[in-house]
Amino acid sequence: METLLAALLGILLSAVFGAISDRLPGRWRRLAPAGLVVSSLLGLLPVLKTLLQGEISAFRLPWGVPGGSFSLLLDPLSAFFLLFVLGLSSLAATYAVEYLEAGRTGFFWFFFGVLTVSMSMVTLARNAVLFLVAWEIMTLASFFLVTFEDEHLPVRRAGWFYLAASHVGTAFLLLLFVLLGRGTPVLDFDLFSFPAAETLEAGVLFALALVGFGVKAGFVPLHIWLPEAHPAAPSPVSALMSGVLIKMGIYGLVRVLGFWSVPSVAWGKILILVGLSSGILGVLFALAQHDLKRLLAYHSVENIGIIALGLGLGVLGKSLNQPLLAVWGMGGGLLHVANHAMFKSVLFLGAGAVARTTGTRDMDRLGGLLRKMPWTGGCFLVGAAAITGIPPLNGFVSEFLIFCGAFHGLKAGGLPALFSYSVVMGLGLIGGLAAACFAKAFGAVFLGEPRNGAEHAAREAGPLMRWPMGILAAVCVLVGLFPGVVVEALSPLLRQVSGLSPADFSPIKETMTGTLEVVSRIAFVFLAGVLGLWGFAAWRARRGAVAKSVTWDCGFAAPSPRMQYSASSFAQPFTDFFRGVLRTRFPPTVLRDLFPTESALHTKTPDVFHEELYRPLFGRLKETLLHGRRLQHGRLQLYVLYIVATLVALLVWSRG
Amino acid sequence: MADGSMTNVFLAAVLSPLLLGVINRTKAFFAGRKGVPLGQAYYDAAKLLRKGMVLSRTTTPVFWLGPVAGLAAMTSALLFVPLGGLPAAVSFPGDWILLAGLLALARFLTVLSALDTGSSFEGMGASREAFFASLTEPVFLSALAALSLKGGASSLNDLCAFASTLFAENLPAAVLVAAALFIVYLTENARLPVDDPNTHLELTMIHEVMVLDHSGPLFGYVVYGTAVKLWIFGSIVVSVCPLFRAASAPFGVLVALAGLLAVAVLTGVVESVMARLRLLRVPLLIAGAGVSAVVGAILLTGVGR
Repeated sequence: METLLAALLGILLSAVFGAISDRLPGRWRRLAPAGLVVSSLLGLLPVLKTLLQGEISAFRLPWGVPGGSFSLLLDPLSAFFLLFVLGLSSLAATYAVEYLEAGRTGFFWFFFGVLTVSMSMVTLARNAVLFLVAWEIMTLASFFLVTFEDEHLPVRRAGWFYLAASHVGTAFLLLLFVLLGRGTPVLDFDLFSFPAAETLEAGVLFALALVGFGVKAGFVPLHIWLPEAHPAAPSPVSALMSGVLIKMGIYGLVRVLGFWSVPSVAWGKILILVGLSSGILGVLFALAQHDLKRLLAYHSVENIGIIALGLGLGVLGKSLNQPLLAVWGMGGGLLHVANHAMFKSVLFLGAGAVARTTGTRDMDRLGGLLRKMPWTGGCFLVGAAAITGIPPLNGFVSEFLIFCGAFHGLKAGGLPALFSYSVVMGLGLIGGLAAACFAKAFGAVFLGEPRNGAEHAAREAGPLMRWPMGILAAVCVLVGLFPGVVVEALSPLLRQVSGLSPADFSPIKETMTGTLEVVSRIAFVFLAGVLGLWGFAAWRARRGAVAKSVTWDCGFAAPSPRMQYSASSFAQPFTDFFRGVLRTRFPPTVLRDLFPTESALHTKTPDVFHEELYRPLFGRLKETLLHGRRLQHGRLQLYVLYIVATLVALLVWSRG
Repeated sequence: MADGSMTNVFLAAVLSPLLLGVINRTKAFFAGRKGVPLGQAYYDAAKLLRKGMVLSRTTTPVFWLGPVAGLAAMTSALLFVPLGGLPAAVSFPGDWILLAGLLALARFLTVLSALDTGSSFEGMGASREAFFASLTEPVFLSALAALSLKGGASSLNDLCAFASTLFAENLPAAVLVAAALFIVYLTENARLPVDDPNTHLELTMIHEVMVLDHSGPLFGYVVYGTAVKLWIFGSIVVSVCPLFRAASAPFGVLVALAGLLAVAVLTGVVESVMARLRLLRVPLLIAGAGVSAVVGAILLTGVGR
């Protein structure tokens, strides 16, 4: 624990150094990110030790804040999330060194470091006050990072959006912890008293946690800040936010659910419903987007949905006392947390590299980048294949675990069986739609011919941007090829979240790793097949004649890049079929004269929840609250009167 | 884990192109033609493997990945697909998820290799393929999950064995699930009424148009991969059907092969007597299959009994 705290202190010092580094000569400026990376890597040592060996270490200092104590604990669950906080921070920081234009970057590094430390504290804190303080700092630091390029109006708007949404979430968390800590003077987690899971009171607590953490995680319909904030943020920040920050919501939810050894069946069902709606709606909205980073943001919603499906099955298993269901479901959900952190970061970093060199994120304007940017494109392809959940990559492994969890649920009979059945179906639909969506994204951006002139200037990213992407893509492949090893390594975590005794847990783990071993062997058979067939075709190609030609366009004489199928046309069957949900807007195109000349079509798919739910709601709210403005009139003497009146009222209340 | 034999793998490797021949012959019979030789797919594949290639200047290595990974995925999937009463070479809980995963992998890369050419026709085909597949995948999974609702079986071997007993126990459910599987079989293999493998108009093609630019050995892989995929889905349909299951090895092989032959003939008949559905109608067909699987599942849970 001391090493970890020293590492966090190192990150903080680097952050402070970063804040003043703008005045230093060029080479010194790199010290801030370098310190950040080195400290993060140092911090990974104790984290890995806890994660792999299940060793728990605590740290406690007195703290003068009422109800607060500086109480920290590193257990496998914290270590699991810390692994990604520290690991991804260091990769994103490396990437950001090259990504950020030379200029005033000190501000960026300060908040980047603060964000890393605050996320670490969120996972470590075992006191509600400390947790909420860390949570709030995390929100503020990420707000400043989102609005880093605040010279653009949309970025500022997105920042406010994010800030407002986050604070609505925090309000629920505040209430949650106040309710949990009613009996104790110090709001330490282990002093909390919990009502039995099936009571109404526990249900209220669960609902508060679901909404409060759900805003951060991005459950539908609380997700609306994601598609705004992710595209606005600089790409390394989007990667960090999507990879880890939103997972803090999942962390909080898992932590709170862990307070009950036997949770309520209803919670599992609710989580499954939330997961289904987030997963399916997330991917549908992703399909309709034109902006690459906005598309990725909606995919975060989708993947959070998949994670919720896993957790929901796990909760069902725990409450029904079905250890198989609990371990497979929870395991799948948590492994998906890890996998999503990896492939989504690689995708955001790749999208950043594309946007940086071409100056656009509009997929309908890109194309043919794979030949210019083979590294970025290759890594993006691995990430895209991984996120669609196809073997032999990591996304498949976690979805496989959730599927298998659902089979155990199918055997339970009754309503749990029906819920598990809907998980299987929903996950299948999500997988199919995600594959289509990433075929569209990768195909439109990297394949075919450039759709406008911008790509001619496109250049491959430099080494500092390439390596983080390469490392993440390699991890995606390795986890996919050796899933048994990964599950074995995570067994302390799985045992902790499933709440089983070692004797009950180890046979389940054995079957799990055994099954995954077979999966991995088949993956190798597949790879051998690919190598063999590729080799044969390449050999034939070398011996036989290979003619280079233009793409066959069915006899058409003058094909042009503008005739290619665009991203929007690829997605058209989907947007059309699901138009009831998506409500894509087609402004009417007016054709004039008998021989119409130029014409244009712009479609837009705004978020339905934003348009139909929040905009009217907040509009109404604003109207109502505007009346309150009469209280704020700028007359000083009346303000003094308010203060006196409040004091008198408080005095009367405390005396009486 | 390895409790079966490699019989199905070898049979599929050798005999799967024959299925295409049988389907074509059946269609020729209905059309009053003589038809191409039964072994035409063999000749095609062998000839293509010996030929040179024409590659578009637009393409990248992704263009190779589609046919190569497609065929590799299909052959590795053969490892855990049973054939009639013959268990698969490898069997483990959840192997059908891996099957669905490998199918998705093959499709994803085929779609990408189509987009790699930059052709608008191939883009159109890729888009349609991705759309239909995204609807078919949940139907396929829910049909198989319906079977494990009651039997509690979790590997493809056990699922098929259970399904074949279901016809005696719960006929309506069995028929509904089998119907869903058959529609999945037609959709996944790009047969009528979803896609017409014989069409010559690029605008109306779905699967064929995606491989327009592939030639030589790569197209040979495509042809052979199509045959193996047909074999895989045929094997599942055959294994679910109690008629074609026999445990003893030599007899079991024959019965199962007869089953596959019957499925191929049935496919030919379907293709001969039906017109292709309008593209906009296809989602309804797939959704119908989904409903049929779900109703089967509800019957199997015993709700309302």
